[in-house]
Amino acid sequence: MKSCKQASFLMSKKLDTSLSFIESISLKIHLVLCKSCAECDSQLLSIHTLCQKRHIDIATKDNDSTS
Amino acid sequence: MRPAAASYTAEFEVLRPKLLAFTLLQVSDKGHAEDLVQEAMLAAIESLPNYSGKAQFDTWVYSILRHKLIDYIRKEKRGRQLFISDEEAIGLGGLFNAKEHWHADAIPTHWQNPEDLHMRSHFWEIFDLCLLHLPSNTARVFALRELMELETDEICDCLGISEQNCWTILHRARLKLRGCLEKGWFLKESNA
Repeated sequence: MKSCKQASFLMSKKLDTSLSFIESISLKIHLVLCKSCAECDSQLLSIHTLCQKRHIDIATKDNDSTS
Repeated sequence: MRPAAASYTAEFEVLRPKLLAFTLLQVSDKGHAEDLVQEAMLAAIESLPNYSGKAQFDTWVYSILRHKLIDYIRKEKRGRQLFISDEEAIGLGGLFNAKEHWHADAIPTHWQNPEDLHMRSHFWEIFDLCLLHLPSNTARVFALRELMELETDEICDCLGISEQNCWTILHRARLKLRGCLEKGWFLKESNA
């Protein structure tokens, strides 16, 4: 994989569908070599996970004061 | 503890604009959107005795509204095409340089403890501002996928777009949202 833009497309796509073998390998190699993209990858996953948890814990205004 | 229905009146007034903004992402007609919000609130009031606590109640109202919206989107799908504006088609200007590597201003920085953020209502306020700041169709597809948990094939079917198109829109939505959350939340948190 040449570019961070292409890598970020695959990071996003893997949250929606399974990547092909080639896509998956080329993304993994890029993430090992590129710290910025590795950071981005974990953040997109965080956003994805947070949105899922929001269904459970939506609108918990009272918790701001405890954290 | 089961708070009486009356005690939710104030909560509803706080919740209503948020529910309406969420609905307007999916329903362009404002009158129709207001009706759906109203219906969801009424349905929630009717089932009040089964619920205790505010967080549970808000979750309940949102979940009723989500189901109503999903029904609406499924019913409306025929004959409807998602219009992708030029702005949305052009894409990720500013995030990447000519070599398609991160632009100096857009390099992701480390986020501190994102795991617990779903408990912070202020985080969700920033999140919603960031979401509503996206071009409307981008925000719409993102909400269908991440907040209403539809699979991309169903989103494509409902909106009349290709799956490739859907992935492209979600890619843009996630990267823009990432950048917005970083500026609006994470950088401020680390300075605080």
